[in-house]
Amino acid sequence: MRRKWLYATFLALAIPALVLAQGRYQIGTPLSEQEVQEWNIRPSILANGVGLPPGEGTVDEGAKVYAIHCAGCHGASGEGGAFTRLVSEPFPITKDVDAVDFAIGNYWQYATTLFDYTRRAMPFTNPGILSNDEVYAVVAYMLYQNGIIDGSEPMNAQTLPKVEMPARALLELDPTTQKRFPWLKLP
Amino acid sequence: MTAGALLKLSPGMAQSKFPPGATETMKVLGATLREYGERSEFEKDVIRYISPNLRSRHTGANFTPLDKLDGVITPSSLHFERHHGGVPNVNPADYRLVIHGMVERPLMFTLQDLKRFPSVTRTYFIECAGNGQNGYRNPPDMTLTATRSRGLMSNSSWTGVPLSILLKEAGLKEGARWLIPEGQDAAAYTRSLPLEKALEDVLVAYAQNGEAIRPEQGYPVRLVVPGWEGSIQVKWLRRIQVTDTPVMSKDETSEYTDVMSSGKIWAFTWIMDPQSIITYPSGLQQIGRGFHEIRGLAWSGHGRIRRVDISVDGGQTWRAATLEPAPDALSAVRFKYNWVWDGRETVIMSRATDEKGHVQPTQEEFFAKWARNNRYHYNAIQAWRIGADGKVVNGDKTLAGAPSRLGAVGRGGCGGES
Repeated sequence: MRRKWLYATFLALAIPALVLAQGRYQIGTPLSEQEVQEWNIRPSILANGVGLPPGEGTVDEGAKVYAIHCAGCHGASGEGGAFTRLVSEPFPITKDVDAVDFAIGNYWQYATTLFDYTRRAMPFTNPGILSNDEVYAVVAYMLYQNGIIDGSEPMNAQTLPKVEMPARALLELDPTTQKRFPWLKLP
Repeated sequence: MTAGALLKLSPGMAQSKFPPGATETMKVLGATLREYGERSEFEKDVIRYISPNLRSRHTGANFTPLDKLDGVITPSSLHFERHHGGVPNVNPADYRLVIHGMVERPLMFTLQDLKRFPSVTRTYFIECAGNGQNGYRNPPDMTLTATRSRGLMSNSSWTGVPLSILLKEAGLKEGARWLIPEGQDAAAYTRSLPLEKALEDVLVAYAQNGEAIRPEQGYPVRLVVPGWEGSIQVKWLRRIQVTDTPVMSKDETSEYTDVMSSGKIWAFTWIMDPQSIITYPSGLQQIGRGFHEIRGLAWSGHGRIRRVDISVDGGQTWRAATLEPAPDALSAVRFKYNWVWDGRETVIMSRATDEKGHVQPTQEEFFAKWARNNRYHYNAIQAWRIGADGKVVNGDKTLAGAPSRLGAVGRGGCGGES
């Protein structure tokens, strides 16, 4: 009887110890890379261009995509619509620019963000319907409208990350954040 | 003339000392047991404030009615809302969270999986980075309420599994520095979160105030990032990518960055600076002479609120309020101050100081640091003016050289009002 009790105690202690070996709980289902990709339907595009898919688009193609999917909310040429202004002069904002006039040309700091956000969340009422080529094209059109690219080459995984945005010159890290995370650098 | 007609004409004269309805409930049986409780029918006007000027209710914000609530816990039904593509209707049976990227073992968790892990329950405030923007007007808006001034803050008990446990389960690879959480909403909302914060105190939460998280707050699973701006606390969490670099998503570049008085734009302004707001007596309320307990809420993302000072003479002198015990350091705290109003016009205000020594600024101090076209992190002291008639209105001053409004007026967003 006593021996049985000891045995039960041993099991009660040993099983959690085994399960928690390496400090893990062994909960959750491992996924293959293939399965991860199936779940990752709108992959993040990092500021260095990692994640950009194959495909490309030109300014002219983008103008057509814009007219169909974007103009209704953002205005015929990227301003004057009911929702966010997209087009401005290609100069960084100053303290005197009204926040309602913050747009791609004067405020957005990374060209890759345009691809990431457009594919991720636009068109607002029907997100995810644009093909990669259409996203590249409408991004090219927006950069052209803002005076940032001249439209001589299409936007693709090689050209887009090289586009320099005017407002990047204004962006710096919050000093409180820098103090807390000394290793942190903005891309 | 009947008694009823007399009552309508002059209620004060006809009413007896004790209202006849007061004992009616003792003569009949009350309502039966019910499966899910509702508040009293007499409390139906305690609701979130939604501006009539919004262009879309699928994006934008509404406000917790701070001036009608007590204590420190925000009822789940009244937690402020801010979404970027509407509230998704997630079936928990279909719910999955995937952790991948720079990990040893990419892992998928069901909701039941997440609930099996060791749990943590903590009380934390969540505040939109745009809080305060909505109430600021120069000259001040005389219809302002405490709700419209600072109602983009709510405080809840959150239960979940520490994100550090899930990351350990997946195994971090050498060089991992960042997490990119993604939501299951129509905007597939993403942000960048430094791994160090995640290992410290971030929760993958599935319960709010003891029951499942409300759909507006991220059902079935959201991130809770204590003390940091609400917009990084991704709701309807479906995926966390571990990387060595931030994503620089739209909501950490074109929005939720701050224009400073230097003309620079600050990125990753994550920690919420100290705030306080007097909720009683506050804008559009009415008081009479005599005793009043001035009440309000204070919070800071830097740490525990150390003191709240009250001025009842327009900022000339300050005295410490009493703080109710806060459940956790990064919870809102209720402050109280005993006051006898003598019937003379005056201005009352509150000023919070946190344990790290950060002090809530005056409006002048705020605009010395932040540019006039900045949209976020407005935390200047809110003043309330009590007129000789006992009516309470916005007591802020008209400021020379300060902007007339804050934020992208007419474009919705977390300003909420227009």
